[in-house]
Amino acid sequence: MEETVKIIVFTLNGQRYGADVKQVMSIEKMKEITKVPGTSEFIKGIMTLHGETVPVIDLKERLEIDQTEPSDLNRIVVVKVDNIQVGLIVDAATDVLDIDSSVIEEAKEMGGMVRKEYIKGVAKLESELLILLELGKVLAMEEAEELKEVAN
Amino acid sequence: MNTDQYIEVFLDESREHLQAINDNLLKLEKQPTEIDIVQDIFRSAHTLKGMSATMGFEDIASLTHQMENVLDKIRHNELAVSTAVIDITFSAVEALEEMVSAISEGNDGKKDVTSLVSQLKQVEAGTYVEQGSEEVSPTINAPVESLDLDEYQATVINQAKGNGFHAYQIKVELTEDCVLKGPRAYMVFDKLESEGEVIKTVPEVEDIEEGSFDQSFSILFLTQESKDSIKETIKKVSEIQNVVVSDFSFEKKAPEKPANTTESAKETKATTQEKPKQSKTIRVNIERIDSLMNLFEEVIIDRSRLEDLSLKYKDQELTETVENLTRVTEDMQGLMLAMRMVPIEQVFNRFPRMVRDLSKDLHKKISLEIIGSETELDRTVIDEIGDPLVHLIRNSLDHGIESPEKRIQAGKEEEGKIVLQAYHSGNNVYIDIEDDGAGINREKVEKKAIENGLISEDHSKQLTDEEVYHLIFASGFSTADQISDISGRGVGLDVVKNKIESLGGSIIVTSNPGNGSKFSIQLPLTLSILSTLLVKVQHETFAVPLSSIIETVALEDKDIKYVHGQKVMDFRGHIVPLVSLNKVYGVTEEDVASNSAVIIQKGDKRTGLLVDSFIGQREVVLKTLGNYLKNVFAISGATILGNGQVCLIVDPNALVK
Repeated sequence: MEETVKIIVFTLNGQRYGADVKQVMSIEKMKEITKVPGTSEFIKGIMTLHGETVPVIDLKERLEIDQTEPSDLNRIVVVKVDNIQVGLIVDAATDVLDIDSSVIEEAKEMGGMVRKEYIKGVAKLESELLILLELGKVLAMEEAEELKEVAN
Repeated sequence: MNTDQYIEVFLDESREHLQAINDNLLKLEKQPTEIDIVQDIFRSAHTLKGMSATMGFEDIASLTHQMENVLDKIRHNELAVSTAVIDITFSAVEALEEMVSAISEGNDGKKDVTSLVSQLKQVEAGTYVEQGSEEVSPTINAPVESLDLDEYQATVINQAKGNGFHAYQIKVELTEDCVLKGPRAYMVFDKLESEGEVIKTVPEVEDIEEGSFDQSFSILFLTQESKDSIKETIKKVSEIQNVVVSDFSFEKKAPEKPANTTESAKETKATTQEKPKQSKTIRVNIERIDSLMNLFEEVIIDRSRLEDLSLKYKDQELTETVENLTRVTEDMQGLMLAMRMVPIEQVFNRFPRMVRDLSKDLHKKISLEIIGSETELDRTVIDEIGDPLVHLIRNSLDHGIESPEKRIQAGKEEEGKIVLQAYHSGNNVYIDIEDDGAGINREKVEKKAIENGLISEDHSKQLTDEEVYHLIFASGFSTADQISDISGRGVGLDVVKNKIESLGGSIIVTSNPGNGSKFSIQLPLTLSILSTLLVKVQHETFAVPLSSIIETVALEDKDIKYVHGQKVMDFRGHIVPLVSLNKVYGVTEEDVASNSAVIIQKGDKRTGLLVDSFIGQREVVLKTLGNYLKNVFAISGATILGNGQVCLIVDPNALVK
C-alpha cells in the first residue's frame, strides 16, 4: 500500500497550500491581536490561546506574496515547529486531504510565486497543484532577516 | 530488576546524602573529636552504598563501602581525624558526585575508583601518608584494630595473664602484590599455633583463610614468648609487608566512655530540638507544578472576567460569589507560589566546600560565614543564581582576600573572612557577598579600563568611586595581574551582571580600600507573577513593573522642559529625562502630547515615561513572548488581562539611560 500523508489545506490569494497535519496545532478564527512594537512588518502581534501567548504572522507577507486584507473569513493556523509556536494568518482553511506520497514532487522554482526554499514539495492532484510548505524555513527568523537584507 | 522507575528517586536521594556528607565533613574538620558527626556521615554513606548496590552501580557501592570502613574506624575511636583523612574522603565524595551526575546524564556511572579505594584502604590501615603533605597526622592513636571480645574470651585472657601468658594484638599486613592471601594467612596461623593460642581474629578465621580480607588482618594471641620473637616467627612467612605486635589490654578505652556519653547526650538534646522542624514531604516533579501554575493562570483569567461581569450585572449573589472566589484564588495563588519556593540553602550549601578547596589551592586562609540560608526564593531563580554566585565568591577569594603574609603586614588577622548573606525585603531577595580583603583599588581599575579602551583618561577623572568600581562588570576586564585558574580570564563579572539582570535583578558593588568590598545582588522573589501598573498609551495598554516605579506624576505642559532637544522634567530638584512610550513603541504615527509620567529607576538613574493615563495596579502573570519573538526592544514579556486582551510588559531597564 502506498504511504499517505495528511495535509491541512488553506488558501492564499486563490492558490491552495498545504501543511503537514502533524505540525498544525489548531485552526482559530481571527481574534484580537496585540501589536508588538519593534518587530518585522509581517509579524502582526500576539494573541492568546489557552492561557498562553502566541505570535501571529501574516503568511502572505512572510512569503512575500501580497498582504492579507482583514476579513471574517480569515483563519489563523497555529503551527508548532521545533518548539516554536506561531499563528499564520491565511485567507481560509478549507479541508484536510490524504495524499499519496508518490504524487509529491520536489520543489521547483515557480515563476512569480513563493520562493523555492519555502516549498517542501508540490502535490499533483487530479484537478490542481497543491504547494506543500516547508514550515521550518517559513518560521526561521534568520532566513527572514537575510532576505530582508538582500531585498534592501 | 528493572530499576528505571527508581532512578529519579535514587539520584535525588544520592545528591542529598552526598550533600549531607559534604556538610558534615566540613563540620568534622573543625571538630575532629565529635563522634556524632561521624555517625551522621556513616549513616549517609551506608544508605548510599545500599541504594547504589540495589541499583547496580557497583563503582559507587565499592567506593562508599570503603569510605564506610574508614568512617567505622573513626567512630570507634580507632582512627583519628586528620587533614589527610578528610582530604581523601572529600576526593572520594567528589568522585561519587561525578558518578551520580554522570548517571543523571544518562551514562552508566562507571568510573575507575581503584586508586581512591586503595588510598582509603591505606587510611583505614593507618598507613596513609599524603604525598607532599607536612601534616602527617601524629594522632593515629592505635595502629591496630581493637578487638571486641565476648565474655568467655575475656575470661580466658584474664586467666592466661595470671598464668604468665602475654596477650598480644598482632596486625599482619601482606604485600600489595600478594596473590594467594588465604594460604599466606594460613601459614601465619600455622607458625603461631606452635608458639601459643589464637583467641580471636578480625575478620573471622574462615574469612581470612578464604583470603576475603584487604591487605591486613588482626589476631589476638596468647603466648609466653616475647613480642620480638613472635614478630620474627611471622616474618619468616614470605610476602609479609609488615607486622605490628602490641600489648593487648581491655581497659584501653574505658575512661573515655563517660565523657563521650555526656557529650552525645548533649548532642541528642540539640538534635531533638531541631527535629520538630522536619515535616513530611513528597517529591513533585517541577513540571507538574508548572502545569498546575498554567492551569491556575487560566482560572485567574476567568476570575477577572467574572469580576468584570459581576460589575456589569450588579447582581448581589453573583458579586458575593465572585468576591469569595477572588479570596480563595488569592490564597491558592499564595500557596502555589510557596510551593515553588525553595530555601537558598540549596545553592549556598556547596560553597563551604568550595571555599575550603580554593583557599587551599590559593594558599590563603579564609573562613566563610553563611547567614540566612533559610531565605526562600522561586525555584527558577534558584536554578539560575548558582553560577553567578560561584563566580562572585571565587572572585572574592582570588582577588579580594590577600595572602596571609600581606594580611599580617596590613595589621589584619591572618585568616580572611567572607560573609554570604541572604535576606528578604519587600518583594525582593538580597544576597550580599562581603569580604574583608584589600578592597577595590580605584587606580588599578581606572588604569585597566583605560588600557582596555573602556573609558578615556579624561572621563575617568569625572567618575565617582562607585562608577569606577562598576567598571569591573564591563566585558573584557580583569584586575588580577596574573591569570589564574580560579578567576581572572576577564570573562566573568560581565557574565554575572548579565545573568542577574536577565533574572530581573541588579548588582552593585561597594568597596572600602584596605577593608574589603561588598557585592549586593537584588533579585525578585518570583519570576512568574509580577506587580504592575497598567498604563494607557493611546489605544494600547502596557504594564510597567511596580518594582521599578518610584512615583507617578501628572504633568502640565509648562512642567516639560527641553535640554538639547530632549524632554526633561524637574522631579524633586533633579532633572529627569522624559521618554514618550508612544514614540518608543510607535503606537501612533504622530507625536501626541501625553501628560502623565511614570518615574522609574534603575540603579541611581531615573527616567520619566510619558503615558496618556493610568489604569491601576494589577498582579499579572508573566508570559514570555515565546521563542519566535526574541529580543524585542524594551519589552520583557506579555500578560493576559481579564478581558482576554494581551498586554505587553515594559522592560524599564532598557528605557533608563
